[in-house]
Amino acid sequence: MLSFIAQRVVKGVIVLLAIIVLNFFLIRLAPGDPAVVMAGEAGASDQIFVAQLREKFGLDRPLPEQLLIYVKGIASLDLGFSFRQQAPVAKLIAERLPATLLLTLTAFAISLGLGILFGVLAARFAGTFLDTAITVLALIFYATPLFWIALIAILLFSVWADWLPSFGYETVGAGYTGLRHALDVGAHLVMPAATLGLFFMATYTRMTRASMLEVKRLDFVKTALAKGLRDGIILRRHVLRNALLPVVTLAGVHAGTLVGGAVLTETVFAWPGIGRLMYDALIQRDYNLLLGVFVVSSAMVLIFNLVTDLVYRLVDPRIEYAS
Amino acid sequence: MGDPVVSIKNLRIALPRGAERTHAVDGVSFDLTAGKIVCVVGESGSGKSMCAHALLGLLPDTVKVESGEIAFEGRDLLSVDQDGWRDLRGRRIAMVFQEPMTALNPLMRIGEQLMEVFEAHDLLSPKERRAKALALVREVGLPDPERIIRAYPHQLSGGQRQRAMIAMALALEPAVLVADEPTTALDVTTQAQILKLIRNLQASHNMAVMFITHDFGVVADIADQVVVLRHGKVVEEGTAEAVLGRPQHDYTKALLAAVPSFDPPPRRSREDAPRALEVVGLDKTYVTPTGWFRPKRETRAAHAVNFAIHQGETLGLVGESGSGKSSVARLVMRLIEADRGTVRIGDVDLTALDGRALRTQRHRIQMIFQDPFASLNPRRKVGRIIADGMVARGTPLEAALKRAQELLGLVGLDAGAIGRYPHEFSGGQRQRIGIARALALDPEIIVADEAVSALDVSVQAQVLRLLEDLKARLGLSMLFITHDLRVAAQICDRIAVMQKGEIVELKPTAALFADPEHAYTRELLAAVPGRKQEVA
Amino acid sequence: MRQFWRTMLRSPSGIIGLIILVLAIVIAVAGPFYFPNSPWRMVQRPFVPPFTLAKVPLGTDALGRDVLAGLIFGARVSLLVGLVSTLVALVVGVPLGAIAGYFGGRVDDALMRFTEFFQTIPSFALAIVLVAILQPSIYSIVAAIGLVSWPPVARLVRGEVLSLRTREYVQAAVVTGQSNAWIIWREILPNALSPVIVLASLMVATAILLESSLSFLGLGDPNLISWGYMVGAGRTVIRQAWWITVFPGVAILLSVLGLNLIGEGLNDALNPRLSREGR
Repeated sequence: MLSFIAQRVVKGVIVLLAIIVLNFFLIRLAPGDPAVVMAGEAGASDQIFVAQLREKFGLDRPLPEQLLIYVKGIASLDLGFSFRQQAPVAKLIAERLPATLLLTLTAFAISLGLGILFGVLAARFAGTFLDTAITVLALIFYATPLFWIALIAILLFSVWADWLPSFGYETVGAGYTGLRHALDVGAHLVMPAATLGLFFMATYTRMTRASMLEVKRLDFVKTALAKGLRDGIILRRHVLRNALLPVVTLAGVHAGTLVGGAVLTETVFAWPGIGRLMYDALIQRDYNLLLGVFVVSSAMVLIFNLVTDLVYRLVDPRIEYAS
Repeated sequence: MGDPVVSIKNLRIALPRGAERTHAVDGVSFDLTAGKIVCVVGESGSGKSMCAHALLGLLPDTVKVESGEIAFEGRDLLSVDQDGWRDLRGRRIAMVFQEPMTALNPLMRIGEQLMEVFEAHDLLSPKERRAKALALVREVGLPDPERIIRAYPHQLSGGQRQRAMIAMALALEPAVLVADEPTTALDVTTQAQILKLIRNLQASHNMAVMFITHDFGVVADIADQVVVLRHGKVVEEGTAEAVLGRPQHDYTKALLAAVPSFDPPPRRSREDAPRALEVVGLDKTYVTPTGWFRPKRETRAAHAVNFAIHQGETLGLVGESGSGKSSVARLVMRLIEADRGTVRIGDVDLTALDGRALRTQRHRIQMIFQDPFASLNPRRKVGRIIADGMVARGTPLEAALKRAQELLGLVGLDAGAIGRYPHEFSGGQRQRIGIARALALDPEIIVADEAVSALDVSVQAQVLRLLEDLKARLGLSMLFITHDLRVAAQICDRIAVMQKGEIVELKPTAALFADPEHAYTRELLAAVPGRKQEVA
Repeated sequence: MRQFWRTMLRSPSGIIGLIILVLAIVIAVAGPFYFPNSPWRMVQRPFVPPFTLAKVPLGTDALGRDVLAGLIFGARVSLLVGLVSTLVALVVGVPLGAIAGYFGGRVDDALMRFTEFFQTIPSFALAIVLVAILQPSIYSIVAAIGLVSWPPVARLVRGEVLSLRTREYVQAAVVTGQSNAWIIWREILPNALSPVIVLASLMVATAILLESSLSFLGLGDPNLISWGYMVGAGRTVIRQAWWITVFPGVAILLSVLGLNLIGEGLNDALNPRLSREGR
């Protein structure tokens, strides 16, 4: 187990390094001389300042050396400087990261929990009205654009019904503390987390249902029947456990999509996370910040993938023998 | 004979509309008696499996029991409801399935799956269940019971898994055991052990056993009573002795006649003829990387394999699964690359060639494959499948297709088949197409890799006859790979026995059967089902 | 082929999907002839609610532009981007997967590490970065979506080829002396096609979602009106004029739904055994 973790961590670090290198070249792809762009972002454009910037960031040195400087910088958690926001990129991201984690993890938990639940229900009552209803709804949510459903939610629950706050992380200026504050954040979290989770919930529902129906046909289910086991036990112990394996894999694959979706959700709900930060960077063409967020979100996905791999290994005893 | 435990009367099971026939089982009646094994025999599609599943109420939703009665312990099983079934299954009637790998839940330990049987019927405390599980594991002859009950299915061998399945079936001392081809997926030596186990347990527990099989050798070894099924109907029924020794019905006679005899016919030695194929010092080891911090796993598929085939000779390569016989076939064909060694056809060293040079020599040695369904490209017409190789050698398409028609005639198919797709043919017909494809390139040597193993016994006999006939007419030499010693006895001039990648014994067929030297050869020969009681 | 259509037309999802798609294509192709004016032009006063003026049945937006005209011109962009970027992904993914699967060994290792790398990167974030850096245009959008969408294709094709390569009829082609190129082209790819077609139909749907998301964030082609842009533009005035946001969203939803349904219908028709490929 330990050797497996070590192996995966090393692999993850290699991928991260590759992403950083990619990032480095993407910066070079950005229009204009980076120094001039940076100077422009800082609101100055005189020659001396540009030259200073060039020297400060090693832009006058050969490309491989620049790459080395860049990687070294990131290794010491220096993601560059955002001239628009007048702050180090790392600091900006660190401030916003907890909000994004809260949002994505909540959305993930909701979508996985409800998705599996609905999938099991649909498979258990396959062919009935309940199954059809769940399947059709899942199909619709699966096709719904994330940003749009978020806006519709605002329209329904904030504008027309006025039940839930439509933007932000907490009620500004209310100065709540303790439980009151937690409830306030919770109320703000409901819509972003629900709308972000909806697409994934639909995916897990569809996957769980299909997978359950497939496992139901396998021989060992017949063995369980031949033992005289009760349907409930067969469903839980034999069918569901095996059917969840592909769902776990899918959850791992979807980590990246979840982080991507957070950009849209945070933008719509003005949720102060790194997704919103990315949007701001985009609007202001703040490339350092944009690429900083990109690297950090890639790292998040890597960690998430590592965790799903571990979970998979824990639930499937065969994996140790697969190549 | 005592009173029947189970009495099946006039059972009719309807197939869904659009199926090949209207009834899977059509008016079947027979009894199961305590302490006796009834073998239900038939070819694929005979409805034998349906009978087995009906006995546990496990029929698929698509079929429907139309009429009949299955009397068991004073009630009709066909009118039992779900709760009634739940109570009966496992406790009074138990089942063992064909594929021990897929019949066990891969995510649960063997012990958990065993103890579940008691849990299903609310018997014993968890502690007692564990003790019982250990005792059962011991009773079915599994080594190291403490370790086995903690193991997952994938950590056991095929034979061990089947023993575990049998332990589960025995757990509650059922009155009836239904075994659906329980040894078909196993190697012949393992099969012999499992058959012996079932025989012993059935006697000591005084169970009534319904044993489904397609193999008359197995029937001869294990049956007290035999029921022969064909197209869902009973064609013959009686004691094993009577059915095997004095079959009455033509179908039974034909089936028994199709079982290859264990006595090799006398054959003229070909060892004076020049060598068509020579294999020298062939080595192949598969290395499976398992991770950075773990030693690599190595599987030796071939080690120092030497043999020669003389012109007009058939050399058999026999062994169990994993013995490396199929790897040797593929090494000879250059489908996989050897680590070391030489394959020579006439005076051409095949192993020294590459690319285009290799391709121009390939026509001299051709292959017939095992699976008649996987060996033909489903998206190409039969004519093209046969002609493609000739076209690759420069024959114009017209001429190649004309030759394909001739070849189809040669293998006993209609020339019009060239315009049809593979799925329109039966298994035996497909195998004939595969033979025509191999012959299309006028090869000197044919490598047949389990070429008749996937076929029903009657079809198998026809294809074997065709191969023999073509070989003689075209003066071919053949490397015949099989796990079935009966088939090998009938078709091979000499036989090489493989074990763990090595040839342990190579002799003329008759000599090998009469006087096996190597311990493994003796074990293999002893394990062949139906050996003691040579069928008809 | 007849069999294929019969199965396809027997599954209700396939029929509904086909109807939606055909409708969308007709609108995208023929629609602009009925609306010769540019969808950017102001035709009425701003904020005309829907179903009040026959001339602008779906109302106008904050600048008095016809919402219906926007929807019709937007259909072109969505379908075009969806199809072309899927083609790009196929052109990259199919050969890569086929080569990796057929030749195996080190080639396979190298190509699969490369693919895994691209699959690990959060695709939407990468698409944002790429379009932002290359400057928003229909070309950069197609390139970005194609670039983030090919890994599943490569993996699927590789898996199929890997299993087909050991199939006996492929080995038969090898022993009858066929060349590698011939074998891949004639024996393997035709048999690997069905799942790729199914995946492709689902990828068009995903690409439409991606394009609309990019446009929503302001990364659309500034010269072409698109549904995502319309939703984004309506966002700030959602309290006054819900219709500007709602209609283009419904358009996206319907076309994506249609394509997904077609994918399901295709799957039923082409792969009788349910295939599960994580996307």
